Order: sequence, then structure tokens, then C-alpha cells
Amino acid sequence: MSDTAERVKKIVVEHLGVEEDKVTPDASFIDDLGADSLDIVELVMAFEEEFGVEIPDDAAEKINTVGDANKYIEEHKG
Amino acid sequence: MSLLMEGKRGLIMGLANDKSLAWGIAKKLREHGAELAFSYQGEALLKRVQPLAAELGSDFLFECDVSNMDALDAAFATLQQRWDSIDFVVHAIGFSDKTELRGKYVDTSLDNFLMTMNISAYSLVAVTKRAAPMMRNGGSILTLTYYGAEKVVPHYNVMGVAKAALETSVQYLANDLGPVNIRVNAISAGPIKTLAASGIGDFRYILKWNELNSPLRRNVTIDDVGGAGLYMLSDLSSGVTGEVHHVDAGYHVVGMKQEDAPDISLV
Repeated sequence: MSDTAERVKKIVVEHLGVEEDKVTPDASFIDDLGADSLDIVELVMAFEEEFGVEIPDDAAEKINTVGDANKYIEEHKG
Repeated sequence: MSLLMEGKRGLIMGLANDKSLAWGIAKKLREHGAELAFSYQGEALLKRVQPLAAELGSDFLFECDVSNMDALDAAFATLQQRWDSIDFVVHAIGFSDKTELRGKYVDTSLDNFLMTMNISAYSLVAVTKRAAPMMRNGGSILTLTYYGAEKVVPHYNVMGVAKAALETSVQYLANDLGPVNIRVNAISAGPIKTLAASGIGDFRYILKWNELNSPLRRNVTIDDVGGAGLYMLSDLSSGVTGEVHHVDAGYHVVGMKQEDAPDISLV
């Protein structure tokens, strides 16, 4: 697993209080990990802070799974 | 230093998470001995507010939708059942359709204009009306505003107009309640990345601009706001009412870009 994916997983586990093994690339934040819409905003803010990336609203709306987040951050981090 | 809020009780309305300005204020109040109650809107916020309230030694939480006058009556009845008097209220509430917090103000719809004014400005009037009778020994009411009420800030739009109404309401409420020693003030905080701010267009640009161009050359934190909140809600500010106090690293005095500030671009 890449360094980015490890750090994303850590943030998701801490924020949503879910088991680490549930945080797979295919896991949907809302459907599989029990996130609500405020959790999504908070997670995006946490990712931005951790990785120094900017995730605009239209990009955030397309981040549905853990893998989507990993991919966006990998492609945009400085 | 002695505890500034020893023996004082009050209500915090509008805490969302540990990034909230209300959290910065609540922490400082608790450090100084205040007893706190919290109102929240909806289950999604309850699950966030509950652990934060517990961290500050409070299990006194109740739901309150400030746009519904019956719900407000019920919330204050709940407050009164447990506490026969209060000393302060923190009103940290605002809302607008975020699709209208970008682009042009001229495109504001009537429905969103009225809703934004209702939740972000009138709610202070409605809360003050209900809190004042519980402030038997006088009290202090504090709300939160932003510079976009005074001058145009891109994208702030209808929220700026609502904050202007809020700031003027602070003055009228301060005048109404001065004779019973209830003070009403606002803190105009510089931009801080909160859940609420995430709805505002180009917010990162606004943050960067303030950091580079404020006299202190930095952005403010929720702890800066907390310190000012403690002052406004304690007897330290006993002679202050009707005030809009800027906690913005001095940004409101600046008339143009600082010479040492680099040009920055969007995104």
C-alpha cells in the first residue's frame, strides 16, 4: 500500500471510528463506512490539511470511495 | 488569575465540531469556570456536539431549530427547567444556500434571501427575546459576524447582507436591553476554515489574502476568538455593549494590498 493510502486510511479510521480492515479502496464513505454529508466535508478538510492539496467542491463531489480519495490526492499533492 | 466565569451559566448555540468558533469560545469559558449548555440542530450535529460538551463537563444538550419559533420556545423551556437563570448566550448560527455563496449577489433568489436573513439575523432577535427574561442579574449575549457585512467580499453575497442586519440588530438589542444590564455584542472574526466556511466560494484565496495583507500578517485562530469571547462574556467588558469587535489580525483597517504581499492567483 502506498504512503498516501496509509495516511488516508489512518484519517478515515480516526474520523469515522471504523475498523481498519473495512477501509478498502472500494469502500464507499456513505454506503459502507456510515459517513454522513458533514463527515464528507470534514474528511475533505482533513485530507487537505494532511496532504497540502486543495480539493474544490466539484472534485469533492466525485470522491465517493476511499480509492477515489487516494487517486485524487496522488494526482494533486505537491 | 482568578476565574472570570466562576458561578456563571450560559448557553452555546451553533457548535458544530472542534474547528468551530463556538468551540474556541466554549473552551475558554470552561477554563474560567463557566457551566455550559449546548443547543444543536439535528442528529448529525448531536453526534458531534455530545462528545465536545462532555469534554467540557456538560451533559446539558437540547435540540433547537432557530427558524421555528415553537421550537425556540420549547428549547428555552428545557433550559429553564434545569436552570432558573442564565448569565450569557453565544449565538454562533448562520445559514444560506451555498450555491448562492459564489458568483454574483444580484442573482440572489427571494427564497434564499429570506431564509438567510431569518436564520442568520432574525434568530439573534428571537433568541434574545427568550434569553433576556432568564438573565435576572443582567447578562451578556454574543454573536459572530464577518467583515463582509461592512465591505464587499467576493462570494459572501447574501450572507454579507444578513450579517449587516445582524450587526445593526446588535445595536438595537443593546439599546433595548441596556436598562436591565444585558449587554449585546458581536465579534467580527477574520476568516477561519470551519465547516460553515467550507460553503463559501474561493475560501482558500480569502484565507491567503488575509494572511498576507493583515497588519499582523497572519490569520486568526479559534483560540484568538475564544479569548475575545471570554472578554465579551465576562465582567471584564462590563462597560461594553452594542459593539462589533474585530478579531481579524487588524485586517479591517487596511485600505490596499501590503507592499510586501506577493501577487497570488486563484487555485
